[in-house]
Amino acid sequence: MIKDQRRKERIDRGIKVRSDGIYAMMSWRELTYLVIPRLVLIIGMLILPLVLPGMYWQRVITITCIYALLAISFDFLAHFVGLVCLGGAFFVGTGGYLTAILNTSLGLPPLLTIPLATLLGASLCTLLLLPCLPLRGVFFAIVSLMYPLFAMRVIEALDILGGTDGIIGIDSFANRWVEQYMVIGITLLFLFGVRRLVNMDIGLVFRGVKDNDQAIRASGMNITIFKAIAVFIAAAMGCMSGACLVHIYMWSGISQFALDFSILPIAATVIGGGGTLVGPLIGCLILVPISELLRDFGTLRIVFYSLILVGFIVFRSEGVMVYGQRKYHQFERWTRI
Amino acid sequence: MSKAPILQVQSITKAFGGIMALNNVSFDVFEGEILGIIGPNGSGKTTIVNCITGFIKKTSGHVLFRGKDISKKPAHKIADMGITRTFQIMRPYYSLPAYKNLVIPLFSPRARRTGGWRGGGRLGDRNTVGIDILEEIGFERDSYVPYKAAATLPTGYLKRLELARCLALKPDVIIGDEIFSGLSMSEIASMVPLIERLQMDGITIIMIEHRLRELFRVANRVMVLNFGEKLMEGRPAEVMADKRVKEAYFGSQEVEEVMTHA
Repeated sequence: MIKDQRRKERIDRGIKVRSDGIYAMMSWRELTYLVIPRLVLIIGMLILPLVLPGMYWQRVITITCIYALLAISFDFLAHFVGLVCLGGAFFVGTGGYLTAILNTSLGLPPLLTIPLATLLGASLCTLLLLPCLPLRGVFFAIVSLMYPLFAMRVIEALDILGGTDGIIGIDSFANRWVEQYMVIGITLLFLFGVRRLVNMDIGLVFRGVKDNDQAIRASGMNITIFKAIAVFIAAAMGCMSGACLVHIYMWSGISQFALDFSILPIAATVIGGGGTLVGPLIGCLILVPISELLRDFGTLRIVFYSLILVGFIVFRSEGVMVYGQRKYHQFERWTRI
Repeated sequence: MSKAPILQVQSITKAFGGIMALNNVSFDVFEGEILGIIGPNGSGKTTIVNCITGFIKKTSGHVLFRGKDISKKPAHKIADMGITRTFQIMRPYYSLPAYKNLVIPLFSPRARRTGGWRGGGRLGDRNTVGIDILEEIGFERDSYVPYKAAATLPTGYLKRLELARCLALKPDVIIGDEIFSGLSMSEIASMVPLIERLQMDGITIIMIEHRLRELFRVANRVMVLNFGEKLMEGRPAEVMADKRVKEAYFGSQEVEEVMTHA
């Protein structure tokens, strides 16, 4: 018996701008097709602080953006350079403590401490990670996971940098609007900056390191140098988020090396869709507020949180953004076979 | 063909644990020639490529390039000096279109030095050079082939892409690890003139091959490896006539065929 079988057919939308690399902007229709999704994201992020009720939720958005920066940095390293880095917390902690020192000891204002801590912190993190860069895959992941734990224990055991109490008395931002729009602006800047970077020539080399590092060596390029540049960029994002975090909390402590900063960005990347760069941001916009909402449930929070994560992984394993992009760029229809 | 050896391999030995993959192999490669390296499976052909190009460490021995010892240099330094290689198992940058695959080698220090790409660093320059190189190597410029993702290309094009990746560096020496394997007769027939043209451009070529008939057509000299040792070296006709070579290849139908036709 022959059963009537159907399958879903997917057809790319016949619009020039979609064809990879050739940006033929021929009409308003194509321009809007290209610009609207980006505009929705940018404007949406910018008006979010205005529409949210109360300071509590505005603070949640700030924290979301800080996690989003980390998630974008994780996505960049994992999907465009091939380094699965679990050391996000190390970047945050380094950036945080540097900011704290620059602010309390040298008395620099936040406008100076954040860029300085970003650059110094990124250099420091890159230098410290340099010996592990020849490692690949799960080995690099494990070693990079060790760094934040190591830093935490060193500060605790030697009682340096304020020990378990941390460093207090750090300046906050001028007001909460500066705080929010600065963090949101930085996040959007890095999001589009990294997207641009991975499509530039050096970005292609990064992707080459991920796909086939032997061919990169055979082309006369030192893989370690390119990995170091990539780690510097990712660490800069991590350190910057740490620097902002410290100014928001007006306190820097060993909890900045907590594994939350390593794990939550990864979960956000999985949910949002790895390799899209926007996905991790979307993932953070989903996960961080959910995590806040679930606070009412007390210790059951982790259970619900895990259930939501499992649900996403089982039913939308490709990630929200990949799914969304497919729906946006392709027609779907059923055909009989 | 000038008589200066561009590459001198001096008694290379490589042991993987107790197994001697290469035992005291020496040979010279002269500027502008095509040297074929043949041998039965497991005779150390690919190992010798890896040793010359620095992808694995030699147990002992030296490699001289234009008289300079390059034995201790890392792989990317050797490629930077102009000794490029293709891989037997082609692994292009799958997610990228074919011409974007060439942007990556064109980004290398050597390509910048040798003028592998023109222009002043504005975006897009490497793209056009990449397409130029692909056209040279047999990708039709006006077709969609150079713009297709490397993952969707057939083997013949992937082999060409491997060669193009070498050419992007403006190399002095190309070491081709089984360029012809896995190709149909007609694909090989179109590759042979390409190899000959590269030789005419002054590039020295070392070809590791299993496809003897095609290799003997293009090679100036052939070296035979067996169980990690150099069996003999000579012109294709001499190699074909040699009794030891026949013994090493005993049972291989193609060799029998080539030998009887010779």
